[in-house]
Amino acid sequence: MKTELKRVVHVRRPKLSIWDKLGVSAFIYGLSVTVRHFLSRKVTVQYPEERSPVPLGYRGVPALVRDQHGNIKCVACQLCEFVCPSKAITVSPPGPDGPVPDRPLAEKMPIEFRVNVLRCIFCGLCQEVCPEEAIFLQSHHIFVVERKDDMIFRRDRLLEIGGKHHGYLKWHKLEQERRQLQIVRYDC
Amino acid sequence: MDGMSWLIEVVVKLLVVLGLLLTAVAYVILAERRICAFIQDRLGPNRAGVCGLLQPACDAIKALFKEDYTPPHVRPVLFTVAAGLAMSPAILVIALIPFGSVFLGKKAVVSDLNVGILYLLAVGVLSVHAILLAGYASNSKYPLLGGLRAAAQLVSYEVLFGLSIVPVVMFSGSLSLTGIVQAQAEKTAVFGGLLTLPSWFVWRNPSTTLAFLTFLVALFAELNRAPFDFPEAEQELAGGYNVEYSSMRFAMFFLGEYANIIVGSAVAVTLFLGGWTLPIAGLETAAESMWTGLLQVFVFMGKVAMMVLGIIWVRWMWPRLRFDQLMDLSWGRLIPLAMGNVIFAVILLIAGW
Repeated sequence: MKTELKRVVHVRRPKLSIWDKLGVSAFIYGLSVTVRHFLSRKVTVQYPEERSPVPLGYRGVPALVRDQHGNIKCVACQLCEFVCPSKAITVSPPGPDGPVPDRPLAEKMPIEFRVNVLRCIFCGLCQEVCPEEAIFLQSHHIFVVERKDDMIFRRDRLLEIGGKHHGYLKWHKLEQERRQLQIVRYDC
Repeated sequence: MDGMSWLIEVVVKLLVVLGLLLTAVAYVILAERRICAFIQDRLGPNRAGVCGLLQPACDAIKALFKEDYTPPHVRPVLFTVAAGLAMSPAILVIALIPFGSVFLGKKAVVSDLNVGILYLLAVGVLSVHAILLAGYASNSKYPLLGGLRAAAQLVSYEVLFGLSIVPVVMFSGSLSLTGIVQAQAEKTAVFGGLLTLPSWFVWRNPSTTLAFLTFLVALFAELNRAPFDFPEAEQELAGGYNVEYSSMRFAMFFLGEYANIIVGSAVAVTLFLGGWTLPIAGLETAAESMWTGLLQVFVFMGKVAMMVLGIIWVRWMWPRLRFDQLMDLSWGRLIPLAMGNVIFAVILLIAGW
């Protein structure tokens, strides 16, 4: 049986000098690479004295925020609790006999707000669903505790982590608008 | 009594030398980890003590607390004996090496044999024993094959080792290590009329320079060190002669490797780089005062340190040879080259170098 002649493909090989063939070029190239890396900046971050910088938009633990006037923005609507896919948030609204909120025209504020960091998956759905812009996933991402109970963050700790949020003052603006409406009503 | 004082002298020297060797082994391991890390753009261990200087102590304490487990399928006595043999060539060879000329009235070498080179070659083969026994005692096919492969590599580079030493012996006219160091101290060679360099064998004449290069290749292969560490690299994947070994016995192999590195560098320094001599400040002759003697010891240790750093550096620089390339390099290329070098050395000797 006659075999077919296959087409012969010539592979282009680079021309090697005598130094390449003896291995001297590889030798010197190796020296240069190692010396360059030896003298360059090291990428190690000496934790815990130095920390890696947290990128913008990083999703750390969800934290409650206060507005410019120092009031808690959360109104205990429990939407974040219902949307959380891992059931990490537990909110206790005050009920009819609870404490008066610290802000005009807000009906209630949470008496207890718990985030179980062990269950949290840092998805950000609570931040997306909150109608008050009261909960944000910020840059706090290092959790070192000695007991499992310490991983359930309470309202005051979350307010501490959250800090101030300079956002749209929804309830203050509403109060201003209503006052203006009352003035208008008196006029007519 | 003369015999008693000689015995005490030998025992004290032995204790000092062994103490130095074991401390040096611990710190060479730390140096390797730091240098390797710096070349890889990271810092090494720098937490235990200042700059990680207490790291070897921490590792030793950790190893002491590990469980000492002998797998049930191994041959019991040989298993332990193989681990013990790992450091033996290093300890036996370091007894011959001259650290200096004289110190406190005594010669700075534990035993000054007349036929040091013969003893060196004979005892250096013990490293093969350790690996073969380890592979055989593990009673399992992969360690056995790994051990046989490593032993084949060591045996083929022993021949090269011996052939590289022959020109040195011919030009120095002596088989003892102190005699070889003396031969490098005596004249100061005018190198091509341009510079005046000490007559160390590494640059004294072309035959010994070639002998130095083949000696270096043989040394790296004997130490199972990159670029010839194929048996070692294998066990990062699977197999290899010490796969059955646990903490303390594995530590013996590991420390034995670094002890061999230090002693191999010391032999290279003694044979080719002038030992404890330096062509300045009267450091070429036998020391008169204690301080000169001590300085010569430090010169020797400095040279060994630079050689060890070179060995460490090479590991992280060049890729490793495949096993067939390694064997071909030895039998097919370097051993004929070394034999030709011996003939070349004879020709140079006749011509009057």
